[in-house]
Amino acid sequence: MGEKVLMKGNEALAEAAIRAGCRYFFGYPITPQNEVPEYMSRRLPEVGGVFVQAESEVAASNMIYGAACAGARVMTSSSSPGISLMQEALSYIAGAELPCVVANIVRGGPGLGGIQPAQSDYLQATKGGGHGDYHLFVFGPGSVQEIVDITMEAFEIADRYRNPVMILSDGVLGQMMEPVEFPDHYEPGNIPKPWATTGAKGRPRNIITSLELDPVKLEQHNIALAEKYKKASQELTRHEEYMTEDADVVVVAYGTTARVARAAVDRARKAGVKAGLFRPISLYPFPSGALFDLATRAGAFLTVEMSMGQMVEDVRLAVNGTRPVHFYGRAGGMIPTTREVYGEICKVVEGRV
Amino acid sequence: MRKVFGRPNALTSAPTHYCPGCTHGIIHRVVAEVIDELGVLDRTIGIAPVGCAVLAYDYFNCDMIEASHGRAPAVATGVKRVLPDRVVFTYQGDGDLASIGMGEIVHAAARGENITVIFVNNTVYGMTGGQMAPTTVPGQRTTTSQSGRDISTAGYPIKVCELLATLGGAAYIARVSTTSPANVARAKRAVKKAFQTQLAGDGFAMVEFLSSCPTTWGMTPREALKWIDEHLEPYFPLGEFVSRGRAS
Ligand SMILES: Cc1ncc(C[n+]2csc(CCOP(=O)(O)OP(=O)(O)O)c2C)c(N)n1
Ligand code: SF4
Repeated sequence: MGEKVLMKGNEALAEAAIRAGCRYFFGYPITPQNEVPEYMSRRLPEVGGVFVQAESEVAASNMIYGAACAGARVMTSSSSPGISLMQEALSYIAGAELPCVVANIVRGGPGLGGIQPAQSDYLQATKGGGHGDYHLFVFGPGSVQEIVDITMEAFEIADRYRNPVMILSDGVLGQMMEPVEFPDHYEPGNIPKPWATTGAKGRPRNIITSLELDPVKLEQHNIALAEKYKKASQELTRHEEYMTEDADVVVVAYGTTARVARAAVDRARKAGVKAGLFRPISLYPFPSGALFDLATRAGAFLTVEMSMGQMVEDVRLAVNGTRPVHFYGRAGGMIPTTREVYGEICKVVEGRV
Repeated sequence: MRKVFGRPNALTSAPTHYCPGCTHGIIHRVVAEVIDELGVLDRTIGIAPVGCAVLAYDYFNCDMIEASHGRAPAVATGVKRVLPDRVVFTYQGDGDLASIGMGEIVHAAARGENITVIFVNNTVYGMTGGQMAPTTVPGQRTTTSQSGRDISTAGYPIKVCELLATLGGAAYIARVSTTSPANVARAKRAVKKAFQTQLAGDGFAMVEFLSSCPTTWGMTPREALKWIDEHLEPYFPLGEFVSRGRAS
């Protein structure tokens, strides 16, 4: 690994993308992600890349579609209202099976909402978001270093599966400065893209489309996509466990909330309460298997989110009624405190919920 | 024996789904002949729209991409920025380009995006059954303006060439029709210039075709062509609006 540098989450995300071989960025300003396009507009020309400030997120996401068709490593970033506008293109990109990376620096909603951190786009991100039967692969990093690692890997995953990958971050992770290391030498996977529309010189022509008017063929396409997601659920799920071995109560949280939850678990342990943390890192595919296994040992679960309860649906599905699943959420840009989460852990342990 | 007439290499042998007498067919042929004459077929990438030309990717014999409704200029931007030495064109109807995709076309032109746009203006939404379009002329009957377009409630048709001609990034803008052999010849010259503009790296180029939709207009093909000359051309004058590239 290279030397440690102190970086903001958003800038680290941009730099990681460049290190991963991303040379094209199309985006539109929105708080709290502006550091990403600003960094890209400065850095990409230095490395022979292209930055385009699009006229809207609708256009930016369709530029991504075009650049992905041309075989490039390409990304965009935005925040909740902008991500909503990208859903059309993401559906087409997933339908046409093209690789790209999208970062959502989530802010509170609905509507224009606010600019403070939130996790209220979980369902939009993990369940498809746009029309049709498709999924993005979604990751929720919990530190600046993890933002770097996941962003770099996201391009490999996107190329390997020919599927868009979304990184869910927020204003806390985006603005936070932490020491990070970038790998000294990194060789992009260079997975061949014989399907790309680059001009048909010396080969049969390529067509990229998500249109299929024959329902038999369109069903086959949907089945093939479902098989891809199933394969991904075996290969891409990841999570982290902390003090779960003997836990009476396991907090389930990702990203910013997982940092708070971990501090609350430490506090509980000091007070003699057997608490643990299950931190999903892949949000789609969701680490359901690991969570189900844990349910054979853990007493109860407490899902903590910066939303009124979205990931908790996946936690309940994974635990499948074998253990109680409780929920604590703050919304609109409010961040749960260690004290609050500790209080909720105690309530679960004391059977007060 | 010398072959004097045949299918351009830039068209596949697939029979098109266009209605009899629809001028989409002639426009395809004009574009394809130009691609052949410029010898760029194997480095051309075309972007099909949502509209009657949605299946253009089955007809143009080059790499093709199907875009979402109105977004072809953004998709073309993505392709061209990655592959600046390739030839990139979009093929779009008036609902696609001048309604849902107005933002994308205006900004592609403003940026001087080095692409070629073939704009097929038949003043209706052909594919969805002939609804009013942003280019439907005052008084024109469509399925959503059944007593004729009423400008007091539906506003005015948009003259796209005139609009885009105000933008610095537009290097070549022309309006043509295919209502006579002479007009087809003029149209072909314009399309050639629009591709040459791109090859010279001069910026954004667009050719608008006044096109017929005999099916939803409720006319015979011959009546439809006459209607273009008599009712559309006065509102949408033919000619070059911008020609400032090295290519011209
Ligand atoms: C987002 C979206 N909205 C609406 C449609 C339905 N639609 C399909 S084609 C079309 C109109 C096309 O009209 P035009 O661009 O004028 O082309 P034409 O069919 O006349 O050649 C519409 C509205 C769609 N496919 N996608
Ligand atoms: S509906 Fe109109 S535009 Fe579409 S193919 Fe038929 S005649 Fe042509």
